[in-house]
Amino acid sequence: MKSAVILLPGLNRDRDMIAALTKIAGEPPVTVWQSETEIPDVDLVVVPGGFSYGDYLRAGAIAARMPVLQAVREKAEKGVRVLGVCNGFQILIEAGLLPGALMRNASLRFVCREVRLRIENADTVFTQAYEAGQVLTCPVAHHDGNYIVDKAGLKRLQDDDRIVLRYADGTNPNGSLDDIAGIVNEAGNVLGMMPHPENRIEPAHGGRDGRALFASALDMVAA
Amino acid sequence: MTFTELGIVSAMWNEHCSYKSSKRWLRTLPTTGPRVIQGPGENAGVVDIGDGDCVVFKMESHNHPSYIEPYQGAATGIGGILRDIFTMGARPIASMNALRFGAPDHPKTRHLVSGVVAGIGGYANAFGVPTVGGELEFDERYNGNILVNAFAAGLAKSDAIFTSKAEGVGLPVVYLGAKTGRDGVGGATMASAEFDSTIEEKRPTVQVGDPFTEKCLLEACLELMASGAVIAIQDMGAAGLTCSAVEMGAKGDLGIRLDLDRVPVREADMSAYEMMLSETQERMLMVLRPEKEAQAQAIFRKWGLDFAIVGETTDDQRFSVVHGGETVADLPIRELGDAAPEYDRHWREPGRYTPIVASTVEEPEDYRAALLAVLGAPSQGSARWVWEQYDTMIQGNTVERPGGDAGIVRVEGHPRKALAFTCDVNPRYCEADPYEGGKQAVAECWRNLTAVGADPLAVTDNLNFGDPENPEIMGQLVKAIEGIAEACSWFEFPVVSGNVSLYNQTEGRSIPPTPVIAGVGLVPDWRYAASAGGAKPGDHLVLLGHDGDHLGASAFLRVVQGLDNGPPPSVDLAAEWRNGEFVRSAIRNEQVTACHDLSSGGLAIAMAELALASGIGLTVRLDTETSPLHAQLFGEDQARYLVTVPNDLANFFCMNAEGAGVPFRILGTIGGDALVLEDRFSIPLDELRAAHEDWLPNYMDGNTAPSGN
Repeated sequence: MKSAVILLPGLNRDRDMIAALTKIAGEPPVTVWQSETEIPDVDLVVVPGGFSYGDYLRAGAIAARMPVLQAVREKAEKGVRVLGVCNGFQILIEAGLLPGALMRNASLRFVCREVRLRIENADTVFTQAYEAGQVLTCPVAHHDGNYIVDKAGLKRLQDDDRIVLRYADGTNPNGSLDDIAGIVNEAGNVLGMMPHPENRIEPAHGGRDGRALFASALDMVAA
Repeated sequence: MTFTELGIVSAMWNEHCSYKSSKRWLRTLPTTGPRVIQGPGENAGVVDIGDGDCVVFKMESHNHPSYIEPYQGAATGIGGILRDIFTMGARPIASMNALRFGAPDHPKTRHLVSGVVAGIGGYANAFGVPTVGGELEFDERYNGNILVNAFAAGLAKSDAIFTSKAEGVGLPVVYLGAKTGRDGVGGATMASAEFDSTIEEKRPTVQVGDPFTEKCLLEACLELMASGAVIAIQDMGAAGLTCSAVEMGAKGDLGIRLDLDRVPVREADMSAYEMMLSETQERMLMVLRPEKEAQAQAIFRKWGLDFAIVGETTDDQRFSVVHGGETVADLPIRELGDAAPEYDRHWREPGRYTPIVASTVEEPEDYRAALLAVLGAPSQGSARWVWEQYDTMIQGNTVERPGGDAGIVRVEGHPRKALAFTCDVNPRYCEADPYEGGKQAVAECWRNLTAVGADPLAVTDNLNFGDPENPEIMGQLVKAIEGIAEACSWFEFPVVSGNVSLYNQTEGRSIPPTPVIAGVGLVPDWRYAASAGGAKPGDHLVLLGHDGDHLGASAFLRVVQGLDNGPPPSVDLAAEWRNGEFVRSAIRNEQVTACHDLSSGGLAIAMAELALASGIGLTVRLDTETSPLHAQLFGEDQARYLVTVPNDLANFFCMNAEGAGVPFRILGTIGGDALVLEDRFSIPLDELRAAHEDWLPNYMDGNTAPSGN
């Protein structure tokens, strides 16, 4: 399967994401610059992490209004898989592809550490290589990861099993509602998550826990 | 002389930019070696790491601005050092920062810690460079002058290093990056003065950082360099447009003519003086190949940055500045740059402490409590609260995060190679004996690199001192440099870049001498790097080096006895070399599972840290035949390491140590969930961890009564 990585000024985990996709898929993803209005024919579109446009105004707010995000929206509507990590998650929320909001961390401080993540739903295209209930170790690195959504919205996420990842073992690093670390849209083809699976794919990272997420999204799972 | 000319000379000849008090002594440092591609004098040092790659690094202070405005002061300190690195064509891959604050109970300390850490994180995290090491200390001597020393390292190809030396006459001088504003006017001059009660008025001299623009500038500069358009490049740091233009011209034996009407500005009606001395961040000056101009402009437009031709190179060796059609400055360029004045300031040999015999130092009533007190002291405890606010994993190459002896980052493009980074100094040692303290800072840096299995390559130094016009302070600087030079020569560990920060004093009260040594080491294969966290049940705990005996200037003396006297431990460079070579080879041959260097706090703290990092207890026996128990536990003698050796290798390992002439002692074994000193105490790991980790977060949350040190 082919993938694309969206490039915006101020993103800084784009290189990490490209390296991870290249190592796992065996070929590099195509890259798509902010001003592009079309994304090539791919099966997975990734919006990586960083500080697009300096996070000025509000994290993800400016990025969501760039031409390339309209192209991402069109891909998502067509059912193409879209993954947003960290700033990518913030951008997908600002672009209206996922519900809720990501507020400043409860501590009001940037936090970078390893957390525990539980796979709550292993029946999505992004988590099919994991088992439900499996707990991973994965790094986080963000200032605005405190997920919030209104009561009705939370109930919908819970009832539809769309909370795919939760912080586990008391490691919620940001005060996120219901320990939410990652959610999918109604159709199940858009995943937004705060942790960085791209920084947990090889022994030098201390483990390979994040690898199966990419293997799932790229359909590289043994049937 | 015009007002603008006066401003230009003041900017170029102040202490910060001209090194006029220190230059004479800096020349005595060893700066060359088989791997050194570029020594001091450029934006950063460059060292060959093989396979056509090199590491580019430097450390620089931002002390004065960080005290006046902690967030922006620290942020722009990081921004400045990162720019120094990518100006040379290197992509930054690691950063560190050595931070020193006043006493925890000083009313400003909490505010300064909070602002400085947030500022560093705010800039480095957004820019996208991992922070992999640093230092954190509290001492009332820094109450009026905190120290913020930022280190950055980058990777480049050895045949694609860029410098500031302009070449060719009549070539366009191009301005790139952010628009010039009124921020930071006179910053470098402010940083060359002692503080007094008017400090609040100096806030406008602090620059404001924009990491987003810097990240765009990084990408644009690297793209531009790859295009072959760049002849010379210099970032605008201290003294902004003035310093960068003068350096380019002076290094190339050329003149520079600037037309200020073409400089992109943020506000109208700026005077020539303000434009020449503005320290607006995220700006670059370049000399470009004229035929590549359009290509260069397209790259900068893509990244949303300003691009303007603001002058040209000339053959008259003059620095001339035109504003509103009028020549506002016309000065000889060499006199401004390399030929700035040089002082041979009067200095006095520092006094020495009489040695303290360990047996005359009172033993603690309660050894258990003493260990916990030293382990949890503000300057000794874990800095986790600080480094968890820094992105330590971005770029995906961090193998060893902060908190250990040295941070380790993989070299991109190589399957196994990695670089190790550490920064070290013990200001109490330097105060008691600047010469031995300077030597010790180098030795500890070398030891920290060795303790992770790295080959020490080279260092950058950040020399923080008080007023050089005071002969005693000048004596500290002279003797510290002498000690640094001796140790660096011995270890073949050259100084390839550095920074001097003087006048760190407020109303006559100086900081302790603080020459920070930041070292870089090469790890041939990161899979065989060591850390303090690898100890396994059943391993033997082995001390390499002799038993502890030196309590002068120690953390124990200060924390437990409330004393601040005695000479620092002396450094036996031959023993350092011998023991270090042995440790490194044992690590590479997989004979040890964990390794930790002994430093402040001695054996007791090293054992506690090793147990905590490995998540497992240990049991040791100490006999007091050679020296008293408190000296064995807390002595800060040098050239020592703590290692853990698997049971089946222990005999072999000890035989090797004996053969190499390395003193060793098997202290005990790894296992259980407590640190146990037989017949004395047992401290559960949880209690140990709480002592080590809890003070700083509690203090910063305002939940704890601040303690003195």
